[in-house]
Amino acid sequence: MQALVIVAHGSHLNPDSSAPTYDHADTIRDVGAFDEVKTGFWKEEPSLREVLRTVESDEVFVVPMFISEGYFTEQVIPRELRLDGWDVSEWDSDGLNASHATLTASDTDQWVHYCGPVGTHESMTDVLVRRAESVTGDPDVGDGFGLAVVGHGTERNENSAKAIEYHAERIREMDRFDEVQALYMDEEPEVDDVTDYFESEDVVVVPLFIADGFHTQEDIPEDMGLTDDYRTGYDVPAEVDGHRIWYAGAVGTEALMADVVLERAAEAGADVGDAVERVRRRTRGTPAAGD
Amino acid sequence: MHAGQLDALLDAVDASDGVAFDGLHAGRADDGFYFETPHTERTGLSEAEFRDVAESNPWFVSNWFYWTREVGLGDRGESETNAESDTARRDGGNARRAFLRWAENADDHGVPERYEALADGVTREWGQLCVTATVADHGERRYHLRHVADADADLSSLDVYADPLEARSIVTYDERGRYRPLKTAPTLPDGWAFTDLDGRALVETVDTVYPATIPNWYREQEGRLDVTHWHETADRQTGIYDIIDELDEEAVEWIAESCCVDSQCLKRRMWDADEETELDADRGDGVFPCREPCSLVVAAARKWTTLEREESQTYEFELTPSEKEQVEEIIDTVAEGRTEEIREADVYEGANRYRARFLRAKRFDDHGNLSGTPTDE
Repeated sequence: MQALVIVAHGSHLNPDSSAPTYDHADTIRDVGAFDEVKTGFWKEEPSLREVLRTVESDEVFVVPMFISEGYFTEQVIPRELRLDGWDVSEWDSDGLNASHATLTASDTDQWVHYCGPVGTHESMTDVLVRRAESVTGDPDVGDGFGLAVVGHGTERNENSAKAIEYHAERIREMDRFDEVQALYMDEEPEVDDVTDYFESEDVVVVPLFIADGFHTQEDIPEDMGLTDDYRTGYDVPAEVDGHRIWYAGAVGTEALMADVVLERAAEAGADVGDAVERVRRRTRGTPAAGD
Repeated sequence: MHAGQLDALLDAVDASDGVAFDGLHAGRADDGFYFETPHTERTGLSEAEFRDVAESNPWFVSNWFYWTREVGLGDRGESETNAESDTARRDGGNARRAFLRWAENADDHGVPERYEALADGVTREWGQLCVTATVADHGERRYHLRHVADADADLSSLDVYADPLEARSIVTYDERGRYRPLKTAPTLPDGWAFTDLDGRALVETVDTVYPATIPNWYREQEGRLDVTHWHETADRQTGIYDIIDELDEEAVEWIAESCCVDSQCLKRRMWDADEETELDADRGDGVFPCREPCSLVVAAARKWTTLEREESQTYEFELTPSEKEQVEEIIDTVAEGRTEEIREADVYEGANRYRARFLRAKRFDDHGNLSGTPTDE
């Protein structure tokens, strides 16, 4: 038997934090690629300490719903799952290319294939583009549009900015949008000045965040001037300094994220059959933010 | 019992040294088949006779079939005596199986008594859940789940669900619409029912309502619950929680008393300061154990660690005796989560809003200082 366990941060305060993780788990469960699909959280239950106990399978694929390699993926998750002999060198990564490592969980004796975070996977680029399609309602969006990928910045984790740059560059290489720019919350170029960085009248703004919460629903909309008060909401698109800003909300809520989770597990050796294609088909058409 | 179950029993008899399960002993000896229950002892049977005897004891056959073929054998073999090593940490389906056995009191009653009880439904409580086991045709168990407060409610008055994952929508918010960060808080909303679940779906539903309680309870039943005490938990923390090992034992005691008693969490606290040093706070009477301080306790402990760094100071406040008691009543009311219960015009309650506003108007200065006494001198 093989199981998929998606691990995420979760929240003591905000139920939206775990919602995308549940959604993507449901999508993957529905295509029947694993005998079991479970979720575990740092701040919710089952905890990372106990999630493996809820899994009956001997072989477990653990995929972290995190944006970048860093404190959580390198220290907290392996420690709490009790992955015997874990060392970050197991991933042999430059901060962007962790794939997987196979270890035994000392708590349960299960074989755990511990995968890199979803945020650094190459297919995450497709999810960012899909998010732009969803928010504009245009499957061919690109021509005449700018795209901003927004991240935290390096203050908390230098790999966070690497992931943002990586996907921005890949989207640029697609030659699909007129302009592509990486922006940050706590460093230059700042998301506050989004309109300074684009000539295009229409700009899609996609935060590379796992879930909607304080940053994506309160900070960023107010910082960009979409609204004076997040509680009153904002228009999509919203007019700011002569630009139309199509603010997409957290990319992690896009249904296609389930595909990234599945690909991570498949690359670690999970037998998922044709589930990748089926998930891709099923996840077209997530409602856009603000709907 | 249906014919397929009897065929399966004969196959098992052929393929093993004999079947022993819940009082049923069946096998093949030199003089032919044997079939024994606490009330029947037949030996030297031909296959046809074996079938006849089995057909007159259908409950034992269908019971054997349900537990070993539908729920699964788990670590055990066909015979109860040749269970495999129980030292393995891989519980696999054993916890699920043990929970389903618990649901019908399988270890306390024989097969006929259980079938009679299951005909009416056997109900047990798991936190705020009421688990009812019933038996359908051919010994197949069906399970029903509802809130303990709805134990006697008419099904038509409840929202009925079938998909275990739908339980997520029930457990996310309390009756007042507030997010429930702790699944085992005694604030599970009522008014719903899951009906006609199979064993796997029951366990999945319970695991959604009270995650990981079944595997931890199972480990405890097996005598190998791993408890991680406070000091070990605190020492393990890094990042912003690294500081919680500063808290002294008295503060840890206050944490357990504040957060971990039954009025706040239905898990039974098994952790202490360390293995040698018990905490006095009530452990609770819950059926499932708490094996370590949870993430809520750790996060709250971080706040208390920074607060406890402060030294006590002596302040001088002017309060009438009734006002002093009112302050105490307000703290008590908040701590017990009773503020919503206090009626709008019940000015006899110290924590009544008008009473609190009067106290504030009288005793706070323009900067919100009690009795005009600044916090920092």
